Amino acid sequence: MGTIAGTRPRLIWAVNLAALILVLLWTIPTFGLLVSSFRDRDQIATSGWWRAPFAAAQTGFVRAGAAPDQVQEGGEYVITGTVLEAGQALRAWGTSSRAPAGFAPGEVADLGEGRRLSVAPDGRYRLSASTEFTETRGMRIFVTTSAPPRITTENYARVIGAEGLGRAFLNTFTVTIPATVIPILIAAFAAYALAWMEFPGRALLVAAVVGLLVVPLQLALIPLLKFHNDIGLGKGYLGIWLAHTGFGLPLAIYLLRNYMVGLPREIIESARVDGATEFQIFRRIILPLSFPALASFAIFQFLWVWNDLLVATVFLGNSADQLVMTGVLRELMGSRGGDWEILAALAFLSISVPLIVFFAMQQYLVRGLLAGSVKDG
Amino acid sequence: MEQLGLAAGTIVAGVFGCVAWFWGANLLLDTLWPPRGPDAGRNILRANMIRPWLFVGPAVLFLALYLVYPVLNSAMRSVMDAGSREFVGLENYRWLLGDAKFRESILNNLLWLLVVPALSTFFGLLAAQLTDRIGWGNLAKSLIFMPMAISFVGAGVIWKFIYDYRGEGQDQIGLLNALWTALGQAPQTWLALPLWNNFFLMAVLIWIQTGFAMVILSAALRGIPEETVEAAILDGANPWQLFFRIKVPQIRGTIAVVWTTITIVVLKVFDIVFVMTNGQWGTQVLANLMYDWMFRGAPDYGRGSAIAIVIMALVTPIMIWNIRNARKEMA
Repeated sequence: MGTIAGTRPRLIWAVNLAALILVLLWTIPTFGLLVSSFRDRDQIATSGWWRAPFAAAQTGFVRAGAAPDQVQEGGEYVITGTVLEAGQALRAWGTSSRAPAGFAPGEVADLGEGRRLSVAPDGRYRLSASTEFTETRGMRIFVTTSAPPRITTENYARVIGAEGLGRAFLNTFTVTIPATVIPILIAAFAAYALAWMEFPGRALLVAAVVGLLVVPLQLALIPLLKFHNDIGLGKGYLGIWLAHTGFGLPLAIYLLRNYMVGLPREIIESARVDGATEFQIFRRIILPLSFPALASFAIFQFLWVWNDLLVATVFLGNSADQLVMTGVLRELMGSRGGDWEILAALAFLSISVPLIVFFAMQQYLVRGLLAGSVKDG
Repeated sequence: MEQLGLAAGTIVAGVFGCVAWFWGANLLLDTLWPPRGPDAGRNILRANMIRPWLFVGPAVLFLALYLVYPVLNSAMRSVMDAGSREFVGLENYRWLLGDAKFRESILNNLLWLLVVPALSTFFGLLAAQLTDRIGWGNLAKSLIFMPMAISFVGAGVIWKFIYDYRGEGQDQIGLLNALWTALGQAPQTWLALPLWNNFFLMAVLIWIQTGFAMVILSAALRGIPEETVEAAILDGANPWQLFFRIKVPQIRGTIAVVWTTITIVVLKVFDIVFVMTNGQWGTQVLANLMYDWMFRGAPDYGRGSAIAIVIMALVTPIMIWNIRNARKEMA
């Protein structure tokens, strides 16, 4: 809609730039975690994810060999070895913790008493002395190394291989699919009646549905848990399906009724005149025509149930084999809050399914949102 | 596998059961009062009085049992003792008034109520206005809308990573501390900073809700009659005047809807606080406080229910407003 008269080139630039900044602000948080989930475990802990494409510097020390490792070379006692591991490059080295990067690769350090240490750029060190070494423990050589950036799928492999995750994934699906399908069915019939059938109390029911839209679900936890226990359901899948059905119904009925009311009256009237039963009208005419609204509620409910933590925690229980993805993620945040490589990979696995649904069916989601909210003026 | 079977079985049984109920009930109705024969007229009339209730019956049952009954039951429990055995009058509410954690939660919730809907709507409006005027607007909209699909727990992980803290002198791996130390400041444990940490938690919800606001406001902005905009431009209005004097007043109704919808989300906010700070360091909110009393340690259903009723009371004005609007539209 860039048809505003009098738009100046400079303004267009500013608008593009502002939009870009906004988009970056909104995507960078997710992007950072996505990048991290593919980084090496040690590199995540020592450098920010925005350094992922660059070599990561690390400081540490290695112990040189001790007395048993020495060899005699033309009147000198020598110990040799390497300070680098595969894939690392040497940036600097030192002989004390006060100056861990005091020497450049290739330089020679005079340690006094006739001892000298040199570390070559390829990481090989040579410790020489005029008298025999007697230490049983080698001296420390401080090194600053850089490791090349490492992109790896190890984190995902670890998380997927971990005990219980496959189970949690399965649990989440088991909760989500029926909890999405059942309310749609019940709501579709109710919405049709509320939209196209005349009966006393109809307006009151519609008002009640609108009112129930906002009831905080926290209120329902204890009473319903007690109720489920009383009728012998206890904690389990059936209970959580019923709970999600109840909590999702107001929105389902509201969205579907709003949509069905807008369907052309003539089609329904003429079907009635032709002798179709209400059930036939519903199945042959209303359901197919309402597909967009059904789809948008299905997406809402799917996202909501998949992402839910509270209802699952209360109605399904917290033992390891009952956890859903959000529950596992929450447990890990508590117990291993610092292991970002695991958290990042797990978080991405858990949000991957809703993200796929979101991007694949965004149109329906938007349409559903609009059906409930836009008012004229 | 067994579990998959159970799920598949339930879907089939549930779907079949629903269809069977609606179809069977209809059939029964048509058999009892057939819409033909000598009494056809009377029969149709009678069947039509019952049929709507067959259609709305299951829904009404669910709504009554899973939403209305809990509200009444909670109200009852809130005037009873910890185990819901004895009537204690308003004791739980009196306790609430004196409880420091409750006061902290109420104040925090009010802070959330002031900040989150306002900023989400503001950013949503800004995003809508900007993305409607650029070539790559649909892509931009998608990306800003995306957090909507991310769970509160997932968002908690994402943002906790941003707020991560490493000791001074170490490389900061949290984005916020990296920027902060680049400015020459000492790194901060953001989530433990009194008062400020509330705003860092709110940022997460704003990040999630802005996309929602943007989508709805963008549609409303497009619905503004072109003539009003053109007339204003002819009269020499500058872009700011055009936006705030012409466009915003015309979508005031939609802004109110967005605002109240986000307000309800805020009143129920639980997961974000639960996973990021669990109410420590002065970040407690009502929903999490209620969870604490109901499910942690020795449960106190009386106090938990009293907090739940407080949340319900805060939601009620919006509920009434919504119902009145809906009735006006139907009339």
